[in-house]
Amino acid sequence: MNWENVKKYKLAYLYIAPAFIVMGLVVIYPFVYNLTISFSDMNLLNFQHWSIVGFQQYIAVFTDPIFYSTLLKTVLWTAFNLFFHVTIGVSLAILLNRPLKYKALFRTILVLPWAIPQVIVALTWRGMFNNEFGAINLILKSLGLGMVDWLSTPVGAFAACLITNIWLGFPFMMVIALGGLQSIPQELYEAADIDGAGRLQKLKHITLPLLRPVMIPAITLGVIWTFNNFNVIWLVSNGGEPSDSTHILVSYVYKAIFTSYRYGYSAALSMVIFGILFIFGVQFIKRSKGTEAVY
Amino acid sequence: MATNKKDSTAYLILVYSMLIFMSLVSIYPVLRVINISLRPEGALLSTSLALIPDNASFDNFIRLFTESGFLIWLRNSLLVAAVVTTVGVTLASTAGYAFSRYNFPGHKVGMIALLTTQMFPVTMLLLPLFLILVKLNLYNSFLGLIIAYSATALPFTVWQMKGFYDTIPISLEEAARIDGANQFQTFYKIILPLSKPALVITALFSFMSAWSEYLVAAVILTKKELFTLPIGLKHFQANLASDWGLYAAGALLMSIPVVLLFMLLSKWLVSGLTLGSVKG
Repeated sequence: MNWENVKKYKLAYLYIAPAFIVMGLVVIYPFVYNLTISFSDMNLLNFQHWSIVGFQQYIAVFTDPIFYSTLLKTVLWTAFNLFFHVTIGVSLAILLNRPLKYKALFRTILVLPWAIPQVIVALTWRGMFNNEFGAINLILKSLGLGMVDWLSTPVGAFAACLITNIWLGFPFMMVIALGGLQSIPQELYEAADIDGAGRLQKLKHITLPLLRPVMIPAITLGVIWTFNNFNVIWLVSNGGEPSDSTHILVSYVYKAIFTSYRYGYSAALSMVIFGILFIFGVQFIKRSKGTEAVY
Repeated sequence: MATNKKDSTAYLILVYSMLIFMSLVSIYPVLRVINISLRPEGALLSTSLALIPDNASFDNFIRLFTESGFLIWLRNSLLVAAVVTTVGVTLASTAGYAFSRYNFPGHKVGMIALLTTQMFPVTMLLLPLFLILVKLNLYNSFLGLIIAYSATALPFTVWQMKGFYDTIPISLEEAARIDGANQFQTFYKIILPLSKPALVITALFSFMSAWSEYLVAAVILTKKELFTLPIGLKHFQANLASDWGLYAAGALLMSIPVVLLFMLLSKWLVSGLTLGSVKG
């Protein structure tokens, strides 16, 4: 970067300056601040007079068995969610991608879970999972099935969070897949018909391979969002109930900040979460360049 | 897959039944909220699964407006979202333009930096933000909230605006320059008017993200009269027995405008997303 260039693009820098000042204020500065705190011993009592203690907080993170169990739960949470988001979303897109009666109506209703504010979705599902008066158990009962202790057992509460998040996440994948399907040339299917290919063969050899490049960026975004999805876990399980058993990493950090006031430790754990996602993101960009070369 | 002439009736029945089943799953929670919002007092904890409750009434809505803080929270939410929208559109339209038109040093780093912020766990920004706001005494004020919201929506809206500007031919600007317009005039008089659709989407996206945000507001605002709608509604939810109907009525009123906007815009939101991620 030389000074001549900077002068030449003065106007460009002027255009981006306001956005980057605000970003700097709210994103970059806190990031640097968080990084600093992560090397400190800051907590509620000493947060005016803290001191740098080196990697102590990171060591505390990596030697805590809860970190590993929570990480495992976060990975499972992300994998389950993405598996169902993509399977349901792509299936619905394939079903919708044909002349149908009431197609627009179906599409509108199926996008609904994505359109409703996430807070409302989470709080409403929490109500529906109520053991006694919630709709889910009432439906199970009317079907002659047993009632489930959703919110009062660790497995039940985690399942409740999972169901809520699967419900609100599949429309995004559906809409992306619909866009992808529309860009697949019709001739490919016609040629396959002439060759006598069946429905499953066309799905396996045309539709799914050609959807891949569209779905991979969407899945990457989905992984990042789901890994960090605080709202659903926190609001459905009401802050990790029962007894902090439903936490994923991000809600565990929140709890460490606002109920145990372990600021240094929390900051270090936030950095670790970011590190995990950053490595994932870089891997993705490398691999997607690989996929571009294939298609 | 328009080759459905050969589709058997059995296959079509399968397609429709799967679509109908998933549509029911999608719409059921909404119907449930409508049902709860219409329940008369004393029937809130009913175990009926009927679509419209017996003795349906609008009592919850009336109580919501007259006895709860709903109107104040609505005003707070509207105020915050309106300011965030104005700031967001201004910043995203200018920054997106620079990223689209100039290959300045730092161009690529800037775009990637914007993407990287999406990987930050919310706690990484929340803890410093919380400490800073306490120190600056911006605690319990909308200013902190507005700054935070404006910044968090920016990465997406900047990418989205850049993607749209990329589709406007540069020759239009060159023609205007020949006619004597300066660089700023071409942006202001040629490009911005052409970008109305993208500006509308950026505005609505900023609005919706501010309207629905829960966590930052929950940390910054502790006084009931300063609540925005999401924390206000969460507050109702704490008391299942008495406030459940108020929650349902409030949830409906808060959701209807954004759901309608979303339906109108979902197509463009997605093209913004895919442009952003594919062209990275």
